[in-house]
Amino acid sequence: MPELTYREAVRDALGRALREDDSVFIMGEDIAEMGGSMAVTQGLLDEFGPGRVRNTPISEMAIVGSGIGAAIQGMRPIVEIMYEDFLTISMEQLVNQAAKHRTMSGGQIKVPLTIRTQGGAGWSPGAQHAQQLEAWFVHVPGLKVVFASTPEDVRGLLWSAIYDDNPVIFFEHRTLYPIKGDVPDELEPIPLGKARVHREGTDVTVVATGRLVHESLKAAEEAEKEGISVEVVDPRTLLPLDEEALIASVKKTTRCVTAHEAITRGGFGSELTAVIQHGAFDWLDAPIERVGAKFAPLAFAPGMEQWVVPHADDVLAAIRRTVARS
Amino acid sequence: MTTVEERAESGGRGVSEEVLRGFFREMLLIRRFEEKVEDRFRAGELPGFLHVAIGQEATATGVCAALQREDVIASTHRAHGHAIAKGTPVERIMAELYGKVEGCSGGYGGSMHLYDVEVGNLGANAVVGGGLPGIVGAALAFQMRGEQRVAVAFFGDGATNTGTFHESLNLGQLWKVPAIFCLENNGWAESTPASQQLPLPVDELGKRAAAFGMKLIEADGQDVEAVYLATLAAREHAVTGKGPVLLHLRTHRLTGHFVGDPQVYRDKDALKQERETKDPIKLLAARLELSDDEHAAIDAEVTAEVEASVEFAKAGTDPAPEDALKYVYA
Repeated sequence: MPELTYREAVRDALGRALREDDSVFIMGEDIAEMGGSMAVTQGLLDEFGPGRVRNTPISEMAIVGSGIGAAIQGMRPIVEIMYEDFLTISMEQLVNQAAKHRTMSGGQIKVPLTIRTQGGAGWSPGAQHAQQLEAWFVHVPGLKVVFASTPEDVRGLLWSAIYDDNPVIFFEHRTLYPIKGDVPDELEPIPLGKARVHREGTDVTVVATGRLVHESLKAAEEAEKEGISVEVVDPRTLLPLDEEALIASVKKTTRCVTAHEAITRGGFGSELTAVIQHGAFDWLDAPIERVGAKFAPLAFAPGMEQWVVPHADDVLAAIRRTVARS
Repeated sequence: MTTVEERAESGGRGVSEEVLRGFFREMLLIRRFEEKVEDRFRAGELPGFLHVAIGQEATATGVCAALQREDVIASTHRAHGHAIAKGTPVERIMAELYGKVEGCSGGYGGSMHLYDVEVGNLGANAVVGGGLPGIVGAALAFQMRGEQRVAVAFFGDGATNTGTFHESLNLGQLWKVPAIFCLENNGWAESTPASQQLPLPVDELGKRAAAFGMKLIEADGQDVEAVYLATLAAREHAVTGKGPVLLHLRTHRLTGHFVGDPQVYRDKDALKQERETKDPIKLLAARLELSDDEHAAIDAEVTAEVEASVEFAKAGTDPAPEDALKYVYA
């Protein structure tokens, strides 16, 4: 099994899709010569040329909107929005156009568009380059939402996103790009809507996404020293959500913590909590705990930033709270 | 022999009377259709709300007549004329307005979301400026595949103040995609007149093309022949790799923003005068020197077609409520 970084895994999926399929092309800000602000698309211009690896103006509405139009006309565009904070600029095209064309047309149109983006705190970018806005999109019927946390997952899920016939918002986390992990020799597509159990346990289920998957695994190791057995599950696809797998896990463990870097209030953890309490109500031995960022625009100074966003300690504290209830 | 572009720019003529009579018939069909829509809406038969384009028939007919079937359009909230002119049968549009399965969007869209992909209508858009970026992308797909097709975005003067207008013209021109940005300039952003929403004189709105280095072609939007020739020229420019065109058509909305709009914001005498002097159907009838009998015969024909569309729509099938979830995902 080869080892790839998360960054290389994304690049590998992009390169393979571009190589195998003339309808695939990528576009976004600084993705060509520069190779993307996160260096994900490095080398792709040389291999595929400027017609299929397209630098764009700083123009998020047009980037997403032209992706929509090309997708409707039978292409499989992959557009990159440099920071997910900038998705807010293209919201009209995403929410009113991409998500709704199929229904508004009575099924005449499909929009096989992938929107790759990234974000996340941990490097003092301040309030406009570090948000985690995935929950905004989970509220919109017609979109699919993916948030991958490992090299293997990011490659297999991106492939499925590219070949899905619906608009998919594909979230990557900035701090995960350098992490390494084994990936299969051959790219194995990972179906959208399937959760992954990273660690089995019997006392508490932590449902985590993005960077918090890794923080939760650290917390689980600490908890184990205290005699608490923690199961860590990553839904990977937030929309559609593998409700069955999450509910089954919580029925087994009887306690649940949700964990993401996004702000807790109105975050995806709120939806997870609702789904799990409804599906596993009679099994729950404690209220579901939500871990997320505190309710503030992200401050710049490292001390403040670190205090606002959650870490393994916060997950561990939440695990302890659920166990203390019984 | 002059090119279509030169003919268009010189205001020259050259369209046969037979073709013009075809335009007249279609424009009158659009007019009678929209009058019927107003009538049925007031009678309480049509859900939602509606915008008619009475006075703007020449832009719909002239533009779409100059396109090929495989060319695509994105329309606006004032969409009935575009849909008819691009080739969707009126009974399917009427059925859509009645919310029926037989409608051109299966009852999922309504007046502001008329789609008919088979004839190249990629959908009417209820967000002002919302359709422009998609047209850049459709044109990009044609360019990448080497197809001799153009993509056309209809929009009004109000949309030229939106971000999507500027981003779309910018990107379209940068990549020289085969797109036509068709500005139907009626001088009104809903109830707000040009003087309160445009920093340029209303007739000079085409100057915005220069900001992008884009080809500008202009025509009197009440003169269907001029619109047709201008669009032929625009299509030729776009499809031959010279880049997109801003097609500026000055037109006149001879009714309110929506059906039932009392137009308290509009000078009544000026409107009356516009109706007398700017009606594209009256102008074309005069040009063709149609006799009363000829006019009445065409009118009877299109009126019957519209009546039949209402019967078709009323006899249509109501969608099952739970089918509302049917097309959320492909």
